[in-house]
Amino acid sequence: MAEPVLEIRNLNVDYGLGDRAVHAVRDVNLTLHRGEVLGLAGESGSGKSTLAYGMTRLLAPPGVITGGEVVYHPQQGPAYDVLGLTDRQLRAWRWAETAIVFQGAMNSLNPVHKISTQLTDVLKAHDPKMSEHSRSARAREMLKLVGISADRMDAYPHQLSGGMRQRVMIGMALILQPQVVIMDEPTTALDVVMQRQILGQLIELRERLGFSVIFITHDLSLLVEFSNRIAIMYGGRIVEEAPAATIYRDALHPYSKGLLSSFPALRGPKRELAGIPGSPPDLAGMPAGCSFHPRCPKAFEPCNSAIPVLGRPDTPDGAGRSVACWLHPAEQPVG
Amino acid sequence: MKYFLQRIAFYLFTAWAAITLNFFIPRMVPGDPVQSLITKYQGQLSTKSIQSLYVLFGLDKDEGLWSQYIDYWKQLFHGDLGLSFTFFPTPVSTVIGQALPWTLLLVGITTVISFLLGTGLGVLAGWRRGSWVDGLLPVTTFFSSVPYFWLGIIAIYLLAGPDSFFPSSGGFDSGLVPAWDQYFIPSAIKHSLLPALTILISSVSGWILSMRNMMVTVSSEDYITVAHAKGLPERRVAVSYAARNALLPNISGFALALGFIVGGTLLVEIVFSYPGLGYTLLQGLGAKDYPLMQGVFLVITISVLVANLLADIAYLLLDPRTRKEG
Repeated sequence: MAEPVLEIRNLNVDYGLGDRAVHAVRDVNLTLHRGEVLGLAGESGSGKSTLAYGMTRLLAPPGVITGGEVVYHPQQGPAYDVLGLTDRQLRAWRWAETAIVFQGAMNSLNPVHKISTQLTDVLKAHDPKMSEHSRSARAREMLKLVGISADRMDAYPHQLSGGMRQRVMIGMALILQPQVVIMDEPTTALDVVMQRQILGQLIELRERLGFSVIFITHDLSLLVEFSNRIAIMYGGRIVEEAPAATIYRDALHPYSKGLLSSFPALRGPKRELAGIPGSPPDLAGMPAGCSFHPRCPKAFEPCNSAIPVLGRPDTPDGAGRSVACWLHPAEQPVG
Repeated sequence: MKYFLQRIAFYLFTAWAAITLNFFIPRMVPGDPVQSLITKYQGQLSTKSIQSLYVLFGLDKDEGLWSQYIDYWKQLFHGDLGLSFTFFPTPVSTVIGQALPWTLLLVGITTVISFLLGTGLGVLAGWRRGSWVDGLLPVTTFFSSVPYFWLGIIAIYLLAGPDSFFPSSGGFDSGLVPAWDQYFIPSAIKHSLLPALTILISSVSGWILSMRNMMVTVSSEDYITVAHAKGLPERRVAVSYAARNALLPNISGFALALGFIVGGTLLVEIVFSYPGLGYTLLQGLGAKDYPLMQGVFLVITISVLVANLLADIAYLLLDPRTRKEG
């Protein structure tokens, strides 16, 4: 397997401090390898966006990182912990090494500045010596890369359509040639045609430029199609992680199965669509044991008392996948 | 450009309506300035001179309202606002011309300082919530909630007096003649300090509060998170992304405040007997001085309209979303 580029180790993120803190991300271990698309799926409130904000240290108060490491492996030089960077180092790391495309395509651009200003100010911040002319040339190049004509440079965000704005954001994310691009529900606000077009373009760019992607969405069907590996989050924990095809064919965790059977397959035999009963857990009052057990159709004796650890399952294809479920007790815990 | 012309046309219409109202309102007020002038001269006026006073003031009973209105407009275009009753026979334009600079300088400069200071503090308070600037808020809010005349009187009571540095009334020392020389200017500045300070104290909190609230609102916008994620320097995010967007409502507030410089200073000038437009208006009101009142109202109306126009232009420049293409 390719070498890792970003390793999240035992990351914990809370909202608030003290006894009343809400644990939004708990003991998450996740590794992103060079050149891969890692999908992160889960219901609203499962902690997937918090994980993304946590590992880039963009959490707004009262969000706090209470523990863990985010180890980044630069292309050259030794790996370092992003959580230990000084403010200055962090600013230099952001966007140059890890860029983010955010949920709200509509609101990610500052309405009072031209597209060109917003594309070039990131160049200016990271390379003050770059000339005005080469900055603007680079911005044009990025727009061309995402299929927007260069004469839109002087447009304001409100003069662009939603799809164009999200393309601009993708172009902006790639402008410094980062190793990692985090996409936090990048196409949620777009219609399905535009969604497919933009994601297809992104995958093509990834093959060309060779960056890695963490793709966060609640739409598991998109992930099955576009990602190499998928991690499923529930109640702030990763409950299953496996190659995309493996998850699609043979998900082990009942929650993953529930997610998979809640959307129809395009090909293959017709099957019954079923939702997951109940609602996502209240992060402030998590059930004891496995947090999914109140909604789980297969819950049995240990589920309501002990938390299952994420580890290699006892199935024949156990290598290369992990699950946190008492139905498949871990042979080898991960992390 | 088309949008701009539309705005101009709108303002011209508003100006016409305001000036017309300005003509009619004093004529609907009961009472008669000539009568009060007769009282003032204690019966020393002959019947003929009374009649000529009526004609002079444009209150000729033989003339219809319509021709009075036409005359009013004709005079207006000649810059002739009539003769003041109070300062008879000084023309109103001269009276206003003497009073206006005092108001403009005192309140104008104070408003600009108050806006700049308040907005600056508001940016700080909104960007770094919980810093010392937040501690300033209750204090300034307290002062702004104190009725202005009371604040002025207390300031005079505590700070001004015969032995004090601050004079309690007037715009300059009574022994001086207004001129641009080394005696008059320091005296004028000294007289303006206390009124300026009280205006500042009572108005700055509005700017701080509105700017802070907008900063807080804008800070949670997605593009601020993006700006942070882009690794931009903190200052640039605060100024070019947060404050730049948060400023917009304050700019229109500022333009409106500029419009009220001329009209909104009655209390200040009365409390400090400051020789500005508000004080002049008060004198005109007491004497049923139509021409003077009309003149002052005209200046107020025009300044509010001009300020609104400025606000529109500023908005066009600052917020691209308000621009219409073509």
